[in-house]
Parts: sequence; structure tokens; C-alpha cells
Amino acid sequence: MCVPAIAFFIVFAYCPLPGTWIAFTNFNYHDGIFGSPFVGLRNFEFLIKSGQLWNLTRNTILYNVAFILLGNIVQVALALMLNEIRSKYFKKISQAVMFLPYFISVVLIGVIAFNLLNYDTGAINALIQQTGGDPIKIYSIAGLWPIIIILFHLWQSTGYGSIVYFAAILSIDDSLFEAAAIDGASAWQRIRYIILPSLKPTFIILLLFSLGGIMKGNFGLFWNLVGNNASLYGTTDIIETSVYRMIISQNNFTTSTAVGLYQSLFGFALVMLCNWIVRRINKDYALF
Amino acid sequence: MPSSDVRPAATAGTTVDRTENVPNPGKVKADRSDYAVRGISYTVVTIFTVICLLPFVLILSASFSDESKIREHGFGLLPRGFSLEAYEFILKSPRQIIGSYVVTITMTVLGTAIGLFIIAMTGYALQRRDFPLRNPISFFVYFTTLFSAGLAPTYLWIARDLGLRGNYLAVFLQLLMTPWLIILMKSFVRSVPHEITESGKVDGAGDFWIFLRLVLPMMKPALATTGLFLALGYWNEWYLSSLYLGSTVEFKPLQYYLYNIINTANALKSSMAGNNVTITQLPTNTLKMASAVVATGPIVLLYPFVQRYFISGITVGAVKG
Repeated sequence: MCVPAIAFFIVFAYCPLPGTWIAFTNFNYHDGIFGSPFVGLRNFEFLIKSGQLWNLTRNTILYNVAFILLGNIVQVALALMLNEIRSKYFKKISQAVMFLPYFISVVLIGVIAFNLLNYDTGAINALIQQTGGDPIKIYSIAGLWPIIIILFHLWQSTGYGSIVYFAAILSIDDSLFEAAAIDGASAWQRIRYIILPSLKPTFIILLLFSLGGIMKGNFGLFWNLVGNNASLYGTTDIIETSVYRMIISQNNFTTSTAVGLYQSLFGFALVMLCNWIVRRINKDYALF
Repeated sequence: MPSSDVRPAATAGTTVDRTENVPNPGKVKADRSDYAVRGISYTVVTIFTVICLLPFVLILSASFSDESKIREHGFGLLPRGFSLEAYEFILKSPRQIIGSYVVTITMTVLGTAIGLFIIAMTGYALQRRDFPLRNPISFFVYFTTLFSAGLAPTYLWIARDLGLRGNYLAVFLQLLMTPWLIILMKSFVRSVPHEITESGKVDGAGDFWIFLRLVLPMMKPALATTGLFLALGYWNEWYLSSLYLGSTVEFKPLQYYLYNIINTANALKSSMAGNNVTITQLPTNTLKMASAVVATGPIVLLYPFVQRYFISGITVGAVKG
């Protein structure tokens, strides 16, 4: 019964693994993966010396740190507020609407960005001009993009992410709240002394697991917001976008394989580390 | 809601003194801070809900706007003027977009059906206590999330060695399943009592028969949730298409079609080629927005009916497989 799934993973996940050898060669189509000349670690040397690897690593990690920290804080806050809402109808509708951004394709997020931000007809520039200001060339100011990308990320994922915390709040023993109500605890005290402490383990564990994935970028979001816009690379280029571009527009398989292998190894070590920490905190939560 | 996995450990140690004979504790009078917290909650949730909706309003309004007014004043929250010009353009040469719809719908229906069946079968087998290989195979599947070859070797393998460049199969096959969906299914199957399998075995039924006749009918909620994620993967697909299909196929999957309309001026023109117009004559701005509406509209309309399956998937899958 497992045969189709096993075949799938062999073909699409395990068979490409030997191809990582390309990272140590000067690959050309004619000689193939194992026929191309072996160059040792030269590809990595080049990536390190040119500063490219450092720049990509820094961007990928900084974006993820911002996504994880801001994301989790906003999600917890939203879950707390959802929990305070008494009207069932209101809660249902607002939750449904909050998931919507996660449901649509990331291409549409690119369309939304174009609608809001473009220089000639963008809604934000239209608003600036209406109030008498000068339009801003948002697509060429690299410094603005970390904020824009973070905001779009929050827009896309907050509603979805808050559900996990909301579920955790719902699973808190009701008798705690009843006891607190008898003791005359206020809403602040309820949040401060019951809900937040109860959420702490969930929070820490989700945080640790997302830290394990800190080397993986949200390619779709970055590519649809920034794409081939070279003037923004300094602040927006992450590992995934750079690898994708090397393949699509430069046919450069050696460097892209080297970057990919570096990402896989680094990421693997991080997951192992985070899992080890989780295991020390609470064995039941560890992945393996 | 199967959220027992999420239950935080901290509450376990807290002792609570329960007073006897409390008349309906829910009715304890709310003090002022309760109202403040509630007021803030309603306000912030409302604002956030509106922010989630606004971009959709922007795009919808823009698609019904007058192109000349957009060029003069830019996009706004309300339509600038009112014009159906953009939609008329799309309707005049609907070949491309209809083709894209056919490709995407075919892939979504077939992919979801086949993928779901395989995932359910695998999830069931990996959950069977009497299946000796379940741990090695689970790890075999799970390992692919820990370490991957990366994009470049994968691309070379599939495009060059398997010869799937320009073939819809390159997109279709890769989306059939993910390790995460198999893990999700596995934790769903846990809720199907083992006695079901046992009773089937006693009756002399084969494993496949037990799965098909006894287990599968009990897994409807799990199938709905997993199916929704699979279908969404196919419907929103643009990435694999950009890698493996590029411009080699006439009819691109819907979201990749939209991607091209937005990002390359030429795509807009060639898509509207039937109209014999030059690019300057096209209402490019409103046309882009109308294309977005046509490519996204149906799935948004479907959304209210399927969103509840989302929630169960998130709460089960996010915590632990």
C-alpha cells in the first residue's frame, strides 16, 4: 500500500540527491553530472570570497527572524482578542475573512502589490498626490522593501497562524477561568496569569521549530513582490530567489547547486539542533 | 477539535481551589477592565478583518474602472468611473483564459483524486500497528523534509534526465503529495479505531479491501481537509509551471497565466492577439486587474463553503504529526 508513495519520493526526492555532486564540479551539459571536471571546493570559495553567500544568508536569516518574532507575537495577540469576542457570528465571520489571504495564490499578492505600490497608477501614490505630495518610486527604493515584505507576510499569514494559538487557548481547562471569575479576576489578570502562562510551551515550541527552518525562505512571496528587479536585490535577495534566478535566466547550475547544498546542510544542522533543544524541554514535543 | 496535542503542560501543575456551591460562576459581574479588553478586542479584530479584505476591494474596483481615469488619478478603493472595457477585452478573445481554466481544472480534479487516494492509503498503512515497516517508511518520507537536493539538481533530473521539460506531467506529478500531508493524514487516521481493521481481518478481508470498504468511509473529514490542501496546491500552482513549462505550452496553468499577464507586457498583448490591437491601445492597468479577478474569482466564491476544513487541518498539522 505504501508502494506508490515510496516510488514518488524515490523519484522526486531521492533520485536528485546524487546531483548535488555538481557543486564540486565545473558542470557542463555535454559531459553530464559525473563527467564534468572536478574542481573541489572552488565553487564555494568563489561564493564566499564574492560576499554573495554572506549576503544571501544574512537576508534569509534576518527576514525569517523578523517573520518568526513579529509573526508569533501578532498571532498570539490576535488569538487573545479572538478569545475575548463573545458574539459567535462576529467571531465566525472575522476568522473566515482572516484566512482568505492564505487561501489565494501568491501571484495575486503580487497583483495587490502592483496595485498599491506602482509609480504611475499605484493606490498609495494616488493617495499621496491627492493630499498634495510627490509620488514615490517605491519599486526602486531598496530600503523600503524589508518593511513592505514583512507587512505582506503578516497580511498573508497572521490569520492562519493565530488559529493554532486560538486552539491552544480553547484547550485550557475551563475550571481555571471559573475559579478566576469567582476570585474576581479582571480580564487583564485572566490573560496575564492564566492564558499567557498556558500558551508559553506552545509558543516556545512553535518558535523553536520555526527557527529550525530559518534557512528556508518564502520564495513565492519574495519573487512575486520583487521578481527580477535588480535595484532591490541588496535588501531583498534570499537564497531561494537567487538560486531560481541563476537557473531560469543564467542557466548556471554549478553555483546554484553549491548554494542549494550549503542551504540544505546548514538547514539540516539547525533542525537537528532545535529538535535536540525541544527534546530537552519536553520529550513529547520532539519530532524524532 | 483534536487539540489535545496542543494542551500546554503548565496548567497541569496548577492547583485550583474549587469553592463549593457557587451559583453559576459565569454570571459574575464583569468589571471595567473586562469591558476595556472586550472593546479593544472588537476594535482590533474588526480593523484586521477590514485590512484582510481591502486589497480584494482594490482589485475589484480597479477592474471596473475607466482606464483613462486610472492613468490620470491612479487606483483607488472605489472604481474611478465605471467601465466594463477590460472584461469586454477578455471576453473578445477568451481562448487563452479558457484553455488555462481547462488545464488547471483538469489538473486539480485528477491530482486531488489520485493524490488523496495515495496519501490516504499510505497514511493508513503507516498507522497500522501490525505493519512492521511503518517506522522505517515514515522516516523515509519524513527525511525528505530534512534534507533535499536543492532546486538545481532536482530541476536537471526532472527536466533533462526524465525529459519532462515542457510536459504538464512535470507539474502534475510533483504536486501529488507532500510529506507534510502524509504526516497530517497519519495523525487523522489515528482516530479510526484499530478494532475496525481487526474486525475486517477476522472476516478474512484483505488489507486493501479493509482500507477501501471499512476505513476510507470513516475518514471523510480527514479526506476533506487533506483534499482541500491538495486542491489548493494545484489551483494556486505557478512556480513549477514557470520552471518546467515556461513558454513551451500554449495553455499555461491559470495562476502562471496570471503571473505572465502581470509581469510581462508581451503576455498581455499576445493573450489579446485576437483583437488586433497594439499594446498602447490596450487598457493595460484595468486589464491586469480584470485578469486577476477572472483567475481568482471562482476560488474566492468557493471559499466560504470550504474554509472550515482548513481549521481542522491547521490545528492538527501545525503541532505534531
